[in-house]
Amino acid sequence: MQVLYGRHHVRVFRFGLRLVRDEQVAEDLISEVFLDVWRQAGKFEGRSAVSTWLLAITRFKALSALRRRKDVELDDEAANAIEDSSDDPEVAVQKKDISEALRECLTELSPEHREIVDLVYYHEKSVEEVAEIVGIPENTVKTRLFYARKKLAELLKAAGIERGWP
Amino acid sequence: MMAASKKMPEQEPGELEMLLPWHAAGTLNARDARRVEEALARDPELAKQYAVIREEYAETIHLNESLGAPSVRAMTKLFAAIDAEPARKPGASLNFSARMAGLFARLSPRTLAWSASLGAVALLLQAGVIGTVLMKDQNSTFQTASLSTNEPITRTLGPEGPPRALVRFTPDARVADITALLDHYEASIVDGAKGGMFRLQFGNRPMNRDEVAALLGKLQHEKIVNLAVATP
Repeated sequence: MQVLYGRHHVRVFRFGLRLVRDEQVAEDLISEVFLDVWRQAGKFEGRSAVSTWLLAITRFKALSALRRRKDVELDDEAANAIEDSSDDPEVAVQKKDISEALRECLTELSPEHREIVDLVYYHEKSVEEVAEIVGIPENTVKTRLFYARKKLAELLKAAGIERGWP
Repeated sequence: MMAASKKMPEQEPGELEMLLPWHAAGTLNARDARRVEEALARDPELAKQYAVIREEYAETIHLNESLGAPSVRAMTKLFAAIDAEPARKPGASLNFSARMAGLFARLSPRTLAWSASLGAVALLLQAGVIGTVLMKDQNSTFQTASLSTNEPITRTLGPEGPPRALVRFTPDARVADITALLDHYEASIVDGAKGGMFRLQFGNRPMNRDEVAALLGKLQHEKIVNLAVATP
């Protein structure tokens, strides 16, 4: 268990943190995730990679944690409203270079766009694996990421940064 | 020829265009990767979009890596919860072990390659440590698990030996940093990088539980340490 924890806990933590945006909650999440793994290892049937299984459990627990928090609603509108309380991208990126602006705008995406971007780019999950983790059809995975990228481009454009796409 | 790329913002994205992010991440199967490569070679607009995707890919990794790691609290909480779990029946335990073994057997090739690389680094490190010990003069304060310049070469066979921990270093930790850390903690490597973790032994005397907890807490805050957990 220590080895499994050692190998995966940082990525599980980061995935959870990007979803719940609270370090304490994210730390509680990883304890819950690995405890579930400890309890349910017998149910792991090996149809998917271990990390995919862990991320799916993490996502489920993160969403449950968000539901428990009265101050955070799951719908994008409310989530975006909370995000809007942070730096306005237009202001935040004025003095920064494109890389910093990109990172700033990545944090401004809606939760469902954030998770798909992270799963594909950072956690290096295939279309099939993302579909399994998020629980949506493979075609939806592809289109959702496409529109997440379009939204990212719009945020950057609003911040005065044109990258030539779309 | 350029059907794969998206000409107008209102148009639906093409099939290959939607696969570009996975191509950037290297997670497409060989067939799709080849199709995307061919499309990129013949479609400048698609290639332009791919360059944008490469930036997004790099910055997403940068952003996630900047999030840091959880504190020791999470691990302490987890293992306390596991300790509080009811004891497993022998049969169930065997089944669990088998499942866990199977679980490790299904680690991705990239993870296994990473572990193998760390294993190679461990071998080099061990060689470096041994070389350092042989080259240093008597004033050296560095010790290994089996060699002390101040004490007889004996081993304690009982359970009350010096504390040990499984430690995983950060990927960017240099050999010089690791050697300095070992020196600072009077630690020695007693086992190689199994699963990317080194088994370290600290000092040459037993410690009580509080001392071990304090030691691990301090270790966990070292810049080059990703994880430190007590081990027999």
